[in-house]
Amino acid sequence: MPDAPGLELIAQGINDEHPGAVTETSLEHGSAALIVDPEQVLGVLGWLRDTESQRYTFMSSLHAADYLPATPRFAVHYELICRDRVERISVKALLPDPSPNNGSDQLPELDSCVELFPTAEFQEREAYDMFGISFRGHPDLRRILMPEDYVGWPQRRDFPIGGEPVLFTHNEIETPRWFE
Amino acid sequence: MEIERRKLGQVPAPGEQPKTPEELRAKQLRARDFLRGDLSGTELERYVEQSVFTTTLEKGLNWARANSIFPATFGLACCAIEMMSMITSRADLARFGAEALRASPRQADLLILSGRVSIKMAPVVRRLYDQMLEPKWVIAMGACSSSGGMFANYAVVQGADKFMPVDIHVPGCPPRPEAVLHGFNKLQRMIRGQPDLGWRQRYNAIGTEEWARLEPGGPTPEAVEAAARAVEPTWVARPSAPEPRTPGSEAEDVRDGGTS
Repeated sequence: MPDAPGLELIAQGINDEHPGAVTETSLEHGSAALIVDPEQVLGVLGWLRDTESQRYTFMSSLHAADYLPATPRFAVHYELICRDRVERISVKALLPDPSPNNGSDQLPELDSCVELFPTAEFQEREAYDMFGISFRGHPDLRRILMPEDYVGWPQRRDFPIGGEPVLFTHNEIETPRWFE
Repeated sequence: MEIERRKLGQVPAPGEQPKTPEELRAKQLRARDFLRGDLSGTELERYVEQSVFTTTLEKGLNWARANSIFPATFGLACCAIEMMSMITSRADLARFGAEALRASPRQADLLILSGRVSIKMAPVVRRLYDQMLEPKWVIAMGACSSSGGMFANYAVVQGADKFMPVDIHVPGCPPRPEAVLHGFNKLQRMIRGQPDLGWRQRYNAIGTEEWARLEPGGPTPEAVEAAARAVEPTWVARPSAPEPRTPGSEAEDVRDGGTS
């Protein structure tokens, strides 16, 4: 993990080449993160991969997250590793919800990084499957885990949990006389 | 009748083992006389009554079926481990004549749903069940396949009987092999006690067959077959289209599957 000055240097280097790409840096819980403009995420990833002094050539994970009450609502996290120095850095692209309150079925969009990291192909499909994040330029963007005809984005926070209602002691008050 | 036979002294009542050496000797002598053809009249009748067990063909068939169930070799999740230990020498499913697990649904009588059924697996399970020949039975083993269990989420079917008929539900997470054996014994009791009709009779679901649901003005079975042929790969050897049947001929199919 780069230390705080190292992280600032990385952010500075990226912003020199891609102005306005890195909007924020964070160094929390032992992980360094760059919060980037989602429109320039490919530039950031390419810079981290190809710059000779960085060489974050391995993508260990790509995953999405839903921070529902917050805005912007969605995030796509890229976890990169430099195999030479054994260093990690994460890149977060925060995506606003294009259809708040389920106004339409428009999906948040982001550029696909399959060209840079081929391993992202399945992981982007998973993010699409679970969170409904559409990756522009993905070669084969369809569901990977859920059935092809499934409707909905099950890992979103506003997705109904489903199943049978289960009575616990903490919700017994909300369902009075449940035994009748 | 009973008192009279006991008064005669020598021969024990039917179903009773000879207690004294004299009784045993009398039974032996009676058997010898029968084999020689010396018995006649009332004596012959009495001998037959004591030695021959009569039942109906249906009962006998059910008895044979219940004691020779072939479960499918089919595990879904962690319950399958308990299902495997059901066959081992400790629990020993072979005591009940079900040790022959078949690797093909075509040869199996019993499908044990050992674990959660995800919504992606459900069509597969359903197809396996449809491929089994009548008469067939299903045990939902454990909480997950009975009700969804702890997996109250988007990925798991909340109870296998949402998409297929289930005969026995065994609770537990996972149930011990003894519990599954108990469920199995209940299934045997069910098979022995009830006429061995297929699940369509049990669930009163005559007319729900795929071919019976075709509307009169809708696509013909040939058209359905052609559509299925169009989407499936050509290298799959498909049987020729089945004869279009009417619900009236159902009774014969049931008899073929059940007792006859």
